[in-house]
Amino acid sequence: MTAEIVQKNQYDAAFRELLSQRASEPSWLRTAREAAFAEFERTGFPTVHEEDWKYTNTSPIARATFTPSFGSAPSLNGELRKFTFEESGASQLVFVNGVFQSESSSTANLLTGVVVTNMADAIAQPQYEILLRSDFENGRQGNGFTSLNAALFVSGAFVLIPRGVEIKTPIHLLFVSHATNGDATAAFPRVHVIAEENSSATIVESYFGASEGPYFTNALVDVTVKAGARINHYRIQRESADAFHIAKTTATTERDATYETTNINLGGLLSRHDVAVMFKDQGGQCAVDGLYLIGSDQHSDTHSVIDHREPHCTSRQLYKGVLDGKSRAVFNGKVFVRHGAQQTDAQQTNKNLLLSEEAQVDTKPQLEIFADDVKCAHGAAVGQLNEDEVFYLESRGINPALARNILTYGFAEEVIERIKIDSIKRELDAFVLNRLHSDLEIS
Amino acid sequence: MLEIRNLHTSVDGNEILKGINLRVNKGEVHAIMGPNGSGKSTLAKVLAGHPQYEVTAGEVIYDGKNLLEMSPDERAREGVFMAFQYPIEVPGVSNAQFLRLAYNERQKHHGEEELDPLEFKDLLKEKAKIVEMDASFMSRSVNEGFSGGEKKRNEILQMAVLDPNLAVLDETDSGLDIDALRIVAEGVNKLHSPDKAVILVTHYQRLLNYIIPDFVHVLSGGRIVKEGGKELALELEEKGYDWLKGANGKPAVSVAI
Repeated sequence: MTAEIVQKNQYDAAFRELLSQRASEPSWLRTAREAAFAEFERTGFPTVHEEDWKYTNTSPIARATFTPSFGSAPSLNGELRKFTFEESGASQLVFVNGVFQSESSSTANLLTGVVVTNMADAIAQPQYEILLRSDFENGRQGNGFTSLNAALFVSGAFVLIPRGVEIKTPIHLLFVSHATNGDATAAFPRVHVIAEENSSATIVESYFGASEGPYFTNALVDVTVKAGARINHYRIQRESADAFHIAKTTATTERDATYETTNINLGGLLSRHDVAVMFKDQGGQCAVDGLYLIGSDQHSDTHSVIDHREPHCTSRQLYKGVLDGKSRAVFNGKVFVRHGAQQTDAQQTNKNLLLSEEAQVDTKPQLEIFADDVKCAHGAAVGQLNEDEVFYLESRGINPALARNILTYGFAEEVIERIKIDSIKRELDAFVLNRLHSDLEIS
Repeated sequence: MLEIRNLHTSVDGNEILKGINLRVNKGEVHAIMGPNGSGKSTLAKVLAGHPQYEVTAGEVIYDGKNLLEMSPDERAREGVFMAFQYPIEVPGVSNAQFLRLAYNERQKHHGEEELDPLEFKDLLKEKAKIVEMDASFMSRSVNEGFSGGEKKRNEILQMAVLDPNLAVLDETDSGLDIDALRIVAEGVNKLHSPDKAVILVTHYQRLLNYIIPDFVHVLSGGRIVKEGGKELALELEEKGYDWLKGANGKPAVSVAI
């Protein structure tokens, strides 16, 4: 209990300071922050005694001391280039330690009417209150992490794609962490994306560590895809080796809407991503895919919920894991088919490749079906490289180590190739091959 | 080029090859025939170095070197190639990537120039003509979603790119329709030359209508029970493998693999 008290006191000081700095915020937000913080004080962070957190011990986060950033963040101008990509040069928002960096951000390439802005600015505008308020007030229905985010967030992204607008240029939301003066920083970014009727856009949400040592990212992302609209959402987590990363994505689709997301989890010492998609009306489609490729002492946890509440919706899910060293992964995927959600078509697959004896994965795909006219399938697999495949490559003159790397790359590629932005895909390919200690160049 | 002496092989303690002797010279085409379970595919896999097969006695000399001491990848880089009976799918890696990698590994081994993707593309285009393969196959994952015939053609494409001295084709004709068989066989013929050798492992005579062997060896029960010229294949086709029972005076032994 001692650790918990220290942790509450730690964030309490930060919270008081934030409130005094943000005296001009709308009163509804202040009320929501206070309620969320009280909720956090009541619950603390989730523990392994809770079913959803059984395999992911967050006590290192509770025990460590993190300093939330409110004011200025270090300028990373030159260094940022490593994390940005050409396709989004003029359609990106940059955040350092959770604080918006206007000088590095640009939305020049976006069509008039498209809103891509700092969340803090959006909140100050009364017309967005109706869109954002409930999101903040609902923080109480989450856990200690979502509460703390609602209490301590300083900036994030607000994206609004107007009715009928199709955006080809990907919108990049870049979150970089950088320790200042050796402080372990904490960032609480918040993203809200609304795709209005029949609009379409691609969102890239990426997390990078620009310095070594521990820090803490606690992100909340909410996506609403309205009737006939389409969102492609790529999420790339490449935090640094000592980082703690906890994030939650919630997406809702309305009639005939499409939400497709690919989640690449590569970094962090301890990372957890919750992704939930809810079909709020008929005819929705979603694809929720992901890759976790980890090694050494990394821990990666994905919890997903796909909630078929309405008939005639289709969901596809493919998560692949590659584990080396003593790493550990958790995949928990729930698919609910609610009463009356007839003609649901749901498929879920989780495949894991263990490259070492000590790596470990806990996988639990779950289907709960309360309708009788549905097509559902799910499955999970854990295995090692197939020796016949290794032999096939060897028989073509490829040495055994390289053969294994190629097969591992091929395994991961099925997920990476879902990303349709060339420069990102190239970079991920290079990262994966480099991670596998290969001088292999595949182009 | 290749000399096999008294080769004995086991898998999981069961002896499959029981003393094979075979000499293959440059420029020659040898056919290894035999009923199912006779050990002919085992012989092909042992030559390629499949880890499942244990050599319990005998030796294999390739180009003056002890082949059995070489790892599978070394054998390949030294010019031994086996076309698989059941080619493996490699998802996520394109045919072009895979072939360039294998090609460059061999080039490196021989101290020769490696090719970049563009240079290799030109080479691949030429080689693909040999097996009448469309360019679209080059960007697809290795063998993934290929039909049986396409997989076999892809094996011969790999052979064309890697340009081996000794090619061992393990039942490359099985499962092929007549057009695919013709394409595969013509490909092998185009690649053959006086300084290379081919070993065809086959159950049926029909492949040998297209690739004419210099020698035919008939395997039964892990031993070579009959040898002859190309006419032996025709005789086998006519009389069936049961005929061999009379040929060596005892019934052909069937070994389950």
